[in-house]
Amino acid sequence: MEDMLFYDRMQFAFTITFHYLFPQLTMGLSLIIVYFKGKYLVTKVEKYNDAAKFWMKIFALNFAMGVVTGIPMEFQFGTNWAKFSELTGGIIGQTLAMEGMFSFFLESSFLGLFLFGEKLLGHKLHFVTGFLVFLGSWASGFLIIATHSWMQHPVGYEILENGKFVLNNFSALFSNPWLVPSYLHNQLASVITASFVVAGIGAFYLLNKKHSEFGKLFVKTGVVFGLISSVLVAFPTGDWTAKNVVKYQPVTFAAMEGIFETEEGGSEIVLIGQPNMLEKKLDNKVAVPNILSFLTYQKFDAEIKGLNEFDEKDYPTNVPGLYYAYHIMVGLGTIFIGLMFIANIQLYRKKLYKTKWVLWSLLFLLPFPYIANTTGWYTSELGRQPWLVYNLLRTADGASPTVSAGNTLFTLLGFIGLYLLLGLLFLMLVGKIINKGPQFVKH
Amino acid sequence: MELFWYIVLMTMLAVYLILDGYDFGAGIIHLFMAKTEAQKKAITNAIGPFWDANEVWLIAAGGVLFFAFPTLYASSFSGFYLPLIMILWLLIFRAIGLELRGQVHNKMWEIIWDKAFGIASLLLALFFGVALGNVVRGVNLGNVVNGVSTQEAHYFFLPLWNPTFSPQAEELGIIDWFTLLLGIVGVVALTIHGANWIIFKTNSDLNEKLKRTVFNLNFVLLGLVIISLLVWHFIEPNPFANFIDYPWLWVFPLITLTGLFGLFKIRSFKNDGKGFVFSSLFLFGGLTSTVSSIFPKVLPSTNFVNPSLTLYNVAADEYGLSVGLSWFIVALFLVIVYMIIQYRVFKGKMDDVGYGDH
Ligand code: HDD
Ligand code: HEM
Ligand code: HEM
Repeated sequence: MEDMLFYDRMQFAFTITFHYLFPQLTMGLSLIIVYFKGKYLVTKVEKYNDAAKFWMKIFALNFAMGVVTGIPMEFQFGTNWAKFSELTGGIIGQTLAMEGMFSFFLESSFLGLFLFGEKLLGHKLHFVTGFLVFLGSWASGFLIIATHSWMQHPVGYEILENGKFVLNNFSALFSNPWLVPSYLHNQLASVITASFVVAGIGAFYLLNKKHSEFGKLFVKTGVVFGLISSVLVAFPTGDWTAKNVVKYQPVTFAAMEGIFETEEGGSEIVLIGQPNMLEKKLDNKVAVPNILSFLTYQKFDAEIKGLNEFDEKDYPTNVPGLYYAYHIMVGLGTIFIGLMFIANIQLYRKKLYKTKWVLWSLLFLLPFPYIANTTGWYTSELGRQPWLVYNLLRTADGASPTVSAGNTLFTLLGFIGLYLLLGLLFLMLVGKIINKGPQFVKH
Repeated sequence: MELFWYIVLMTMLAVYLILDGYDFGAGIIHLFMAKTEAQKKAITNAIGPFWDANEVWLIAAGGVLFFAFPTLYASSFSGFYLPLIMILWLLIFRAIGLELRGQVHNKMWEIIWDKAFGIASLLLALFFGVALGNVVRGVNLGNVVNGVSTQEAHYFFLPLWNPTFSPQAEELGIIDWFTLLLGIVGVVALTIHGANWIIFKTNSDLNEKLKRTVFNLNFVLLGLVIISLLVWHFIEPNPFANFIDYPWLWVFPLITLTGLFGLFKIRSFKNDGKGFVFSSLFLFGGLTSTVSSIFPKVLPSTNFVNPSLTLYNVAADEYGLSVGLSWFIVALFLVIVYMIIQYRVFKGKMDDVGYGDH
C-alpha cells in the first residue's frame, strides 16, 4: 500500500514537473512575440517581424512539447488518482473541462493559423491570431490555477455522506481568495522565464559576434520585460501569496520559513540554515531579527506561529524539502531583480551591449528561472501535503485502489525514458534553431 | 440532465473519431503506401495544421467525462490503466514523428520519424477499436473472485491479456479475440477514412491508387462488420434488445450502412470530398450503434455480484451538471466559430502549405 502511493506520487511529480518546463515558456514567450509583431505593425521595421518569426519557431517546438506532455497530466487524474477524481470530480472537473473547451481549442486552432497562415492572412490578421494564441495560453493557466487554488483552499462545496464533494456555488470557484494572487504571481514568473530566455540568447549572439543586430534587440527586450516581471513577482504578488499561506495554512508557512518556535516580540527572517528535524531547530542559522513579522503583518513585533504550536501529524510531510524549495525560489527571485536592475542601468547608459560581465551573467542565468518556477511549485505542493484537498482529503486516500505498485513503477520508468528522449531532442533542435539564427527567416 | 451530458460526451467522442481518425488513417497510409518524398509531403501537408486541434477533442471529451461522470472516469481510467498509458505514449510518438521529421535533413532521421509516425498511428487505430470492444464486452466490476468482490463495487483492473484470449474467461484481459477483431475493424475503417481525407485535401499522384485501395478495403470492412455482428451474439445473447424497444435507434445502423455502401461508388465521385463524407458517416454510425446497443449501460459488469455502471449511477450531482450547461454552450459556440475559421483559411487542396519546412 505504501509503495503504491509512493510510485503514484513520484510519477505525478515527475510528469508535472516536466510538463511545466514548457508551458512557462509558452505563456511568457507568446506575450513577447505578440509584442514584436505589434511593434512591427506600428513601425513597419522589418527587423521586428523577423524577430517574431524567429521566436515563433522556438515557440512551435516548445508548444508541441507542452501539448504532448500535457495530455498525460489530464489522464493521470483518472489513472493514478481515481479515488480523488471520483470524490472531487464534480468540482475540479468543472474547471478542468472548462480549460479544454475554452483554452485548448482556442490555442490549438489558432496556432496552426499563426504558424502557417502569414501569407494567407496578411500581417494584421496574423497579429490577431498570435494574440489569440497568447490569450488561450493565459486562459489555460488561469483555469489550471483555479483548479489548484481549490485544492489549496476549498470553497463552494458540500460533502455528502458517502464522502463525495459536490459543488454548491459555481462562482465561488472564481472568487476564491487564493486564485488571483496565485495566478498573477505564476504568470509573472512565466514572463520571467521568457525574458531570461530572450535576453540570454541575445547575449549569446552578442558574445559570439553573430547576428548582432538581433542580439541587441533581444537583450534589450529581455531585460526590460525581465526587470518589470522580476519586481512584480516579488512585490506585490509574491507577498500576497505568502499572506494567503499565513492566513489559511499557518503550519505550512512556519515550515516554509523554518520557524520552529513562536517568538515573543516578533520573528526573524531566515536567510540561511538547515532544518534539523531530529532536534527541531535550524542548524547554522543566519537571520535578521523582526523582519519576517514586518513583512507578514507590517508590524515588527507581530507574533508568527512556529511549528511548536502544531501537532506533529499536521506538519507538512517533508519540512526540509519545503523549506529549501521556498528559499531557493525567493533567493533566485532576489538575484533576478538585482541582475535585471543592473542591466537596465547599463541599458539606460547605453553601455549594456559592451558590458561583457552582464552579458555573461544573462547567458549563465538562463536556466535559473526554470529552477525558480519548479521550486515555486514544489513549495505549493509540498506545503499542501499530507493533504490533496487541504484539511479535507488526505493524499493517501486519493490514489487508485486497483493499480498495483508494479504497474505504476513500469509506467513511471516508461515516462522517464520517453521524457529523457524528448528532452534531448528538444535541446538539440532548439540548439539548431539558435545556431542558424534569425536572419535565416528571410526568404 | 445526465442524458444530456451523455449525448454531449458521445457526440464529442464521435467528432474526435472522425477528425483524429483521418490523422491515424493518413499515418497508416503513410506507412504502407507513400513511397516518394512528394507523396509523404502531400500526406503531412494534408493533416499538419489540423492534428493538434483534432486531438483537443480527445482532451475536451476527457474533461467532460471527468466533470459529468466522475465515477466512470475514475473507474475506467484506473481499470484500463496500462492500455491508457500506452495510448499516451503512442500519441506522443505520433506527434513528435510529425513535428520533428522536417527539422533535420538527414535520411536516417527522416526514416526514424516516418516510421514512428506511421507505426504509432497504426497501433492507435488498433487500440481504439480494442477499447470499444472492451466497453461492449464489459469488465469484472469489483474484481470478483469466487463470487466475492475484492474491491469496491465500481472498481476493477484488467491486465493486457490472459493466456486464453477468450472474452468469456473468468479472468478477462484487455486483448482477447473479440476485442482484437474490433481493433482490426478500427484499423481498416480508419485507413479508408484517412485515404478519403488525402484524396480530398491533396492533388497527390497517390490519389488514383488510393481510390482503388478504398474500394478494395471496403469489401474487407463489409466482411469484418458481418463477422463482428455474428460473434457479438456469443458475448451478448440479446444484442438487439434496445433496438426492439426503441425502434428509432435503427437510424444509427442505417447511417453506418449508408456510409459503407456509399463508398463502393468511390470511383465515380466527381467531388473529392464525397468519399470523406461517407466514411465519416460510417464511423459516426458505427460508434453510435455500438453505444446505443448497451444503453443506458456505459460499462457492463460481467459478474452477477456487482451491477453494471450506467449513466445514472456514475454522474455528478444535479447542480454541477446544470451550471456546467451555461458555460458549455458558450464554449461550444466558440469552438464551432474557430473550426469554421480554421477550415476556411485552409480550404481546398493543401499541397503547398509547407508543413514542417524549416
Ligand atoms: C521565476 C519564478 C518565481 C520567482 C522568482 C518567485 N516565485 Fe513564488 N512561485 C512561483 C514562481 C516564482 C510559481 C511557480 O509560479 C508558484 C507556484 C504556484 C504558484 O501559483 O506560483 C510560486 C509560489 C509561491 C508561493 C506558494 C503559494 C502556495 O503555497 O500556493 C509563495 C509563498 C511565493 N511563491 C512567494 C514568493 C516570493 C515572496 C518571492 C520573492 C522573490 C517569489 N515567490 C519569487
Ligand atoms: C494546477 C495544477 C496542479 C494540480 C491540480 C496538481 C495536483 C497534484 C496532485 C493530485 C498530486 C498528487 C498528490 C501528491 O503526492 O502530492 C500532486 C503532487 C505533486 N505535484 Fe502538483 N499539481 C499541479 C501543478 C503542479 C506543478 C506545475 C508542479 C511542478 C512543477 C507540481 C508538482 C508536484 C509535486 C512535486 C508533487 C509531489 C509532491 C509530493 O510527492 O509530496 N504540481 N499535485
Ligand atoms: C495537473 C495539471 C495539468 C494538467 C491536467 C494539464 C493539462 C494540459 C494539457 C492536456 C495540455 C495540452 C493542450 C493542447 O493539446 O493544446 C496542456 C498544455 C498546456 N498547459 Fe498544462 N496541464 C497541467 C498543469 C499546467 C500548469 C500548472 C500550467 C500553468 C500554469 C499549465 C499551462 C499549460 C499551457 C499554457 C499549455 C499550452 C501551451 C503548451 O502546451 O505549452 N499546465 N496542459
